[in-house]
Amino acid sequence: MTYNDKVVRQFTVATVLWGIVGMLVGVLIAAQLWIPALNFDIPWLTYSRLRPLHTNAVIFAFGGCALFATSLYVVQRTCHVRLISDKLAAFVFWGWQLVIVAAAITLPLGITQSKEYAELEWPIDILIAVVWVAYAVLYIGTIIKRRVSHIYVANWFYAAFIITIALLHIVNNLSIPVSMWKSYPIYTGAVDGMVQWWYGHNAVGFFLTAGFLGMMYYYVPKQAERPIYSYRLSIVHFWALISIYMWAGPHHLQYTSLPNWLQSLGMVFSLILLAPSWGGMINGIMTLSGAWHKLRTDPILKFMIVALSFYGMSTFEGPMMSIKTVNALSHYTDWTIGHVHSGALGWVSMMTIGSLYCMIPRLVGKKEMHSVPAIDLHFWTSTIGVVLYIASMWIAGVMQGLMWRAFNDDGTLTYTFIETIAATKPYYAIRLLGGILFFGGMLIMAWNTWKTMAGAQPVEVEAAEPANWDSSAAAEGAKA
Amino acid sequence: MLDTFWNVFAIVIIIGSILGCWWLLHWTKGISDRDDEDDIHDTGHVWDHDIRELNNPLPRWWLNLFNITIVFALVYLALYPGLGNIAGFLGWSQENQYEEQRAEAEAATAEVFARYNAMDLDALIRDEAAMETGRRLFGQNCAMCHGSDARGADGFPNLVDAHWQWGGGYDTVLATIDGGRNAAMPPWAPALGEEGVPQVIEYVRSLSGLEHDAALATEGQGKYAMFCIACHGPDGTGNPALGAPNLTDDYWLYGSDRETLAEGLHEGRFGAMPAFGEQLSEDRRKLLAAYVIGLGESAAIREGRN
Repeated sequence: MTYNDKVVRQFTVATVLWGIVGMLVGVLIAAQLWIPALNFDIPWLTYSRLRPLHTNAVIFAFGGCALFATSLYVVQRTCHVRLISDKLAAFVFWGWQLVIVAAAITLPLGITQSKEYAELEWPIDILIAVVWVAYAVLYIGTIIKRRVSHIYVANWFYAAFIITIALLHIVNNLSIPVSMWKSYPIYTGAVDGMVQWWYGHNAVGFFLTAGFLGMMYYYVPKQAERPIYSYRLSIVHFWALISIYMWAGPHHLQYTSLPNWLQSLGMVFSLILLAPSWGGMINGIMTLSGAWHKLRTDPILKFMIVALSFYGMSTFEGPMMSIKTVNALSHYTDWTIGHVHSGALGWVSMMTIGSLYCMIPRLVGKKEMHSVPAIDLHFWTSTIGVVLYIASMWIAGVMQGLMWRAFNDDGTLTYTFIETIAATKPYYAIRLLGGILFFGGMLIMAWNTWKTMAGAQPVEVEAAEPANWDSSAAAEGAKA
Repeated sequence: MLDTFWNVFAIVIIIGSILGCWWLLHWTKGISDRDDEDDIHDTGHVWDHDIRELNNPLPRWWLNLFNITIVFALVYLALYPGLGNIAGFLGWSQENQYEEQRAEAEAATAEVFARYNAMDLDALIRDEAAMETGRRLFGQNCAMCHGSDARGADGFPNLVDAHWQWGGGYDTVLATIDGGRNAAMPPWAPALGEEGVPQVIEYVRSLSGLEHDAALATEGQGKYAMFCIACHGPDGTGNPALGAPNLTDDYWLYGSDRETLAEGLHEGRFGAMPAFGEQLSEDRRKLLAAYVIGLGESAAIREGRN
C-alpha cells in the first residue's frame, strides 16, 4: 500500500501560487491606502472590492490549500493508510480550485453578501459546502480506516477544524436568494451581527488556529526530530480551546447594539482562552527544547519557532483587546489590522512556509529543498516584513484611537477624521514596505519550490508499518 | 430580555463551560501524575517512524494562569451583566456608562457655552474662541458633505459665498440645521418630451448669460413658463422657501454644462441634508448657525457688498 501524495503535491503547488496572488492583492490595497489614486478609477480595482478578494485569497486559497495539503499528508502518515478514495481526493482539489476562481471573478465584480470573510454569494456557498463535506468524508473516513489504535493529536485538531468549519459556514450563510447573484441573510439586526461574528471569530479559531495547530503538531516534531513535549497538555488545551473559542465572537461587537450580557461573555471567555491558546505554544516550543542547536543551521526550524512566538504573542494580544476598556481604544483602528496580521503573517504563514519546506522535498523523494540558503533568505525577509507591518500598525492604531477620543475644552473633538488619516499616512508607507518584503519572500519560495519539484519524478511512498507499542502504553492510550 | 427557559439555559451553559475547564484540569491529573515531576514519561506512542510523545506534567505557571482566568471570569460575571438577564452587582451597562460620560462632558463644557449663549450674533461672529469652536463643530458634523473648507461639492452647497439656497438669515440657517432640508425637483423629461429637454436647457443657460442656441432658447421659454416657473419664478431667480436655486446667477449647485442640466431634467434633483436637532445640543446648533452666517458674511464683505 502506498500513500496518495498526488493530491498533496497539487495542493502544495496551489498553496504557493495562491499565496503569491493573495499577497500581491494585499500589497496593492496597502499601496492604495497610501496613494488612493492607485485604483486608477477602475471599479474592479477599487479598495472596497479588492479588500475582500485579498482576505478570501490569503485565508481560503493560500491558508485553505495549505491545510488541505498538510492534513491529507499527515492523516495518511499518522494513520498508516492511504486515503480512502483517490477520486474523492481529486474532487476536493478541483472543487476547491473552482471555488477560488469563482471568488476571484465575483468579488472584483462587486458581487458580495457583505459579511466579512463570508462575502461569497449563495451559489458559491453551496459549492463550498459540497466540497467541504467531501473533504470531511475523505479525512474522517481515512481516520476510521487507520492501522493504529491511537489517533495522533494533529488529527484531533484537523478534525475539529473540518467539522466546525462545516457548521460555521452553513449556519452563517443561510440566506434567501432573490436572484442568481444576490441573497439576503435569514437573520436580522443584532442577531445577524451575532451570527456573523460567531462565524467570523471561529473562522479565526478553527480555520486559522486549530487547523494550523494540527500542522504544528506534525511538522515541528518531524523537523526537530524530537518527541512532543506533553500528551496531557495536548489533551487539556485541545478540549479547552475548542469549547471556549465558541464563546469569544461577541468581543467583535463591544459597545454596539448587542445586549450587554453577550458583550461581557465575549470578553470573559476571550480571557479564559489565553491559557488554552498558550498550551499549544508551550507544547510546540518545548518540543524544540533539546534541539535548540539546530536553530543555528536549520532555517525551517527558525520559521517554526518564530511562528510559535507570533502565535503566543497574538493570542495574548487578542484577549487583551477583548477587554472593554482596551477595546474602546483599539476598535475600528489599524491596531486590529496589525493584530490580525501578526496572526496571519507571523503565525499562519510562517507555520505554513516552514511545514511546506519540510514536506516538499519528501514529496519528490529528495532530502532537502534545492537551496537551503534561499530558505534562510526567505526567513529573514519575511520576519523583517512582519515586524515592520505590525509595529507600524500598532503605532498607527493607538495614535488613531487617542486622536479620535481627544477633546477640547469646548467639548468638540480635537481632530477631524481627515486629520487622523493624514497622521496615519507615513505608517501606511511602512506597512506597505513590510508587505512588499513578505511578498518578496513568497517569490523566493516559488523559485525554490520550482527548482525542487520541476523535473523530479513523483514518488510513490510505501505506507509505513505501524510500530509495535508496548502493552502498558497501549493500555494507557485506551484509557485516555 | 430572555424568557425564563432561555435565561436558565444560558446561565447553565455559561457556568458549565467555565467550570468545565476547571474540571478538565482535574480530570486529566491521572494522565500525568504530579507526584513524579522529575520523571519524564514516554507514552510509548509512535507514528510515522519517529513521531513520539512524552508526557511531561503541565507547567505550574500555566496552570496558575488558567485558574486565575477562571476565577476572574466568575467574579466578573457576578459584578457585571453576563449571566442572561442577571444585571450583576454593580448595575453596569453601556447605556449607563454613556449617559454618565455624556453628563460629565456637558458639565465640563457648560461654562464655555454659557458665555457663548450670552452673546448676540454679531458678538459671536467677532469672537475668536467662539468661531474656533464653530469651526471644529463644522469639521466634525458638516465637513463630510460641505467640505472641510465649507466650499461644498457637486450637489452640496458652497457656504463661503453670498448665495443661500434656503435663505441666509440667522433663523433660517438655524432652522436648516435643526430640521434638515429636502429639495425635490421632479424629473421633467417625460413631460417636456424629447425635443423639450434641449430647449429648456438652452433657455436656462440664457438666463445667466451663458453661451446658448438662441432659437432653441426661444422655444424653451414657453416650456419654462409651463413647468419650471412655479418654483424657479418667472424671472428665474428661484425661491429660497422651496430651496429652488436662482438660475440667473453664476452659481450652479450641480453644474451648468448641458450634460448635467439634462441629467437634472431626466432624473430630478433630490438634495437632502439630515436634521441635526436630535444629534447636537441647542447650544451647539446656535453656534454652528452663527459660524455659517459668519462664513457667508465674510464672503459678502469680500465681494464688496453689505
